[in-house]
Amino acid sequence: MEYVMGIKGKGFAMVCTSATAVQQIITMKHDEDKILPLGTHSLLATSGEPGDRVQFSEFVAANVRLYALRNGSKLSTKAIANFSRGELATALRKGPKSTNLLVAGYDKGKGASLYFLDYLATMHDMNIAGYGYGSWFVLSMYDRMWHPDLTEAEALEMMRLGIEEVKNRLVVASPTYTIKIVDEAGIRTVTV
Amino acid sequence: MSAKYDRAITVFSPDGHLFQVEYAMEAVKRGTTAVGIRGKDSVVVAVERKATAKLQDANTVRKLVQLDENTSLVFAGLLADARTLIDRARVEAQSYKLTMDEAPSVEHIARHIANIQQKHTQSGGVRPFGVSTFVLGFEGDNPRLFQTDPSGTFSEWKANAVGRNSKTIREYLEKNFEETEGRETQVLALKALTEMVEPSSKNIDVAVMRKGTQAVYLPSEEVDAILKELAEA
Repeated sequence: MEYVMGIKGKGFAMVCTSATAVQQIITMKHDEDKILPLGTHSLLATSGEPGDRVQFSEFVAANVRLYALRNGSKLSTKAIANFSRGELATALRKGPKSTNLLVAGYDKGKGASLYFLDYLATMHDMNIAGYGYGSWFVLSMYDRMWHPDLTEAEALEMMRLGIEEVKNRLVVASPTYTIKIVDEAGIRTVTV
Repeated sequence: MSAKYDRAITVFSPDGHLFQVEYAMEAVKRGTTAVGIRGKDSVVVAVERKATAKLQDANTVRKLVQLDENTSLVFAGLLADARTLIDRARVEAQSYKLTMDEAPSVEHIARHIANIQQKHTQSGGVRPFGVSTFVLGFEGDNPRLFQTDPSGTFSEWKANAVGRNSKTIREYLEKNFEETEGRETQVLALKALTEMVEPSSKNIDVAVMRKGTQAVYLPSEEVDAILKELAEA
């Protein structure tokens, strides 16, 4: 089953998704990257119906690039989240996209941010957020562990514990996961 | 007499001219000069910068713009006309990428711009773009340089010039062009441009595009250094 978690720490944001592509009861692959980089300092972690998920995230990515080229300046993480929310809201009464998103980013002068967006166009600025059956209990774990001065090492340990808990308690846990971090230096992928 | 064939752009004159298109070409000829050179490992453009008003921010008046991650455009002619062309080229670049999941070729973007310009010579209620463009970029290891004009033709060049005195500069390039590499390409571009333009970094901008990066302006000290070498040689 799909699993997406995001954590905002001090000066960075971290997102984790399951790395499986599933077709009915079959796992097609174990290295599906569901975290799309948007420019140099933002990430789009996605879950939902695979077709909608890819289509929508590429649409957002194209528009973010176009904005940067047209205006000679990048969209902030907040702006990307609000743009995506608007598109989801418009789509909702026409052809809804079955896509849940986490937008994570780092902006100069503002620091890290993490936005939660679901397919009904809900948007929240969060410290921790997630989707999928796994998030039901991992969120309560993170409630206990999160604090405002969270370091990268602590957040990575939280991600590791979250994955461990999912694998331990969920019947339909994914065997592989992707974790990406965005901070002042940019985006990088980490393994646990 | 000729005024009769001047009302609508889609009307030929009896001797086969489209006056409005020719006037658009004239607008380009009166625009500031731009030289484009394709080197072995880079594309270099040298452009004449018009004197800006005393209190105007010169950085906001630029003839080189980025179309996509690895494609840029330089133009001669009417800046306002160029702006809409640039915008449509940028949209096409991203739209292509969204559809094909790969960057469009330089030729594709040049053809797209030329198509738009051509439509504006054959449709009602429009006026041709008073703009000639250089579209520069890379395809793999190969630098490419295309030119478009108001009539909607586009072609690839090793080196060319557009704008004021472009004919003289083109003739210079035809005599002096050679396959250049690295800094030599920048030197050749400046040699060609300073045939007709006052040699000073105050009124010349040089931009270099290398593989895998966007075009970057040379710092004015470097432009001055090359100009000094040329003056001494």
